[in-house]
Amino acid sequence: MKHYLLGLFDDEEVLLKAVDYIKSHHLRIHDVVTPFAVHGLDQKLGLRESRLHVGGFWVGAAAAITAVSFMTWVFTANWPIIFGGKPYFSFPAFIPITFEFTVLNASFWMTFAFLVLCHLWPGRFRESLDPRTTSHLFGVVFKITPRTTEADLQRMREVLLQAGAVEVKERMMEKHY
Amino acid sequence: MHPESYIRPPLIHGHKDYLQITEDICRAVEARPSRSWWIAFAVSAAVMLWGFFVIGWTIWFGIGTWGLNRTVGWGWDITNFVWWIGIGHAGTLISAILLLFRQKWRTGVNRAAEAMTIFAVICAALFPVFHMGRVWMAFYNLPYPNTRGPLWPNFNSPLMWDVFAISTYFSVSLMFWYTGLIPDLATIRDRAKKQWAKVFYGILSFGWVGSAKHWQRHESLSLVLAGISTPLVLSVHTIVSFDFATSVVPGWHTTIFPPYFVAGAIFSGFAMVLTLMVITRKVLNLQDYITIDHIESMNKIIVLTGSIVGMAYLTELFVAWYSQNPYEQYAFANRALGPYWWSYWSMMMCNVISPQLFWVRRLRRNVWFTFFMSIIINVGMWFERFVIIVTSVHRDYVPSNWSMYSPTWVEISFFLGSLGLFFTAFLVFAKLMPVIAMAEVKHILKTSGEEQKRRQLEAVRHHQPAAAVTGSH
Repeated sequence: MKHYLLGLFDDEEVLLKAVDYIKSHHLRIHDVVTPFAVHGLDQKLGLRESRLHVGGFWVGAAAAITAVSFMTWVFTANWPIIFGGKPYFSFPAFIPITFEFTVLNASFWMTFAFLVLCHLWPGRFRESLDPRTTSHLFGVVFKITPRTTEADLQRMREVLLQAGAVEVKERMMEKHY
Repeated sequence: MHPESYIRPPLIHGHKDYLQITEDICRAVEARPSRSWWIAFAVSAAVMLWGFFVIGWTIWFGIGTWGLNRTVGWGWDITNFVWWIGIGHAGTLISAILLLFRQKWRTGVNRAAEAMTIFAVICAALFPVFHMGRVWMAFYNLPYPNTRGPLWPNFNSPLMWDVFAISTYFSVSLMFWYTGLIPDLATIRDRAKKQWAKVFYGILSFGWVGSAKHWQRHESLSLVLAGISTPLVLSVHTIVSFDFATSVVPGWHTTIFPPYFVAGAIFSGFAMVLTLMVITRKVLNLQDYITIDHIESMNKIIVLTGSIVGMAYLTELFVAWYSQNPYEQYAFANRALGPYWWSYWSMMMCNVISPQLFWVRRLRRNVWFTFFMSIIINVGMWFERFVIIVTSVHRDYVPSNWSMYSPTWVEISFFLGSLGLFFTAFLVFAKLMPVIAMAEVKHILKTSGEEQKRRQLEAVRHHQPAAAVTGSH
């Protein structure tokens, strides 16, 4: 059983201030769940910048090199054919396919990496801690471990309410939420 | 969040908060389908099934059942292909290019436009695939090691480029659309009351819960996909235009084709988005999210791209005259004055003359006029492709080859079937999935909501003299 404490906020500006406030009280925020992307939240939580785009660049570069070298190999070494009197290595004609192959691979592998990194796949049933956090409420999540004392829990609740939470609730889950 | 002036017209009308947005948009998904939905679905599905029957007919008897002949080898098939691909350009333009340009009105229409793109590309792909004749050999297009040499496809051929362009465009649009849809499907999953809906949307939403880290990656992915989809969307119709422009057929062998085709694609794509959205906003009661300002923005893009298309037509005529090439000149004279004159003048009326009416603000903001025009433009853009393809080839260099072309019932039914497929897919989408990107609309609520703007304005008024707030307008 996993045990969480959830503080619900109804406005993202209150939420952003609350994150600062909670951090100033030296409480460890496990996660923040929001119905949409709140800009600036990742910096406040101290999350490392996503490197998906870096990966996408290298996959794209590899795909571009693969496409050009494959077409070059086919038309100069493996099965040379003269098309309309053009040279075997007719680079300008290779550009469209190289471009498309680059875009396809960069997009596909970035999307794939996104799904894998976030553990998202069809059939991954996951329950939200509170169904309203995918609709209109913003949730700050604390993890409750066997080492969390009743006094800690009480302090967490107080800090959440002082920070402007509209509701604080505990939640037991079979698996990670 | 990017600040926005509070005197700019709001993009979300009414007194909305986040919960209200969720409820307004989920209502269509959660309610039982209406009688009119069932009627529309039944009609579209029946036409689609007729189309499938005709595809079977084509496979069984061969493309000899079509009206093509030795001179006119491309007729309705490729006309329909280019028409559908053009329609498929608006979705990615709205979601990618307008995202990069920070056009917030995009959020009201992007989801439905992307869905429309995907369905249009599927419809488009049917035509060249079945035009191959022996469709079971379609895999010959793919570069795979084979026992014929190995003999590879011709990577120097624009038709081969098209295979890559269309399949890439379809795949990237699908990924872009679906990753954007995941958070909204999770919203529906969490609201679901019935067991089947919990399971169904649970599978579709991939287990999304909206963690901060996931949103950060989601934003990063969307931005990069938008960045690389922008040149992609331009490349696709450029490559489609290469199918013609790299040939030596007078009327096709034109350097202006790539930009002219891209502008035409966006023109027709926005027309189809308007056709669908004017109905959808009314039927699903979403006028607060797809406002008259959204419609006006799209009409402005229509008048811009329509003017580019008109300019391109005139440039083609000028260059034909200026080239002093008799074959080129004849090709254009034949378009306007030859046996297919009616298609040329329909195209001119629908694409060049009528969109100019959108310079009038009143007409741009009139929903019924917009709907009427969106149909006219789609008809016009269909004629454009027909004119380019059929009138250019039906009279070639050797007069003894001259011929006429008219479609058979098989081609007409195939086209109707593709329309049936498109509307069936859109109806199913509009019933099962949120037609508006909820998470994105919520993201802009604080800056672009009507009520939020009013409050900002009041807050400023309390601190400053009124004249400083309203400015001099």
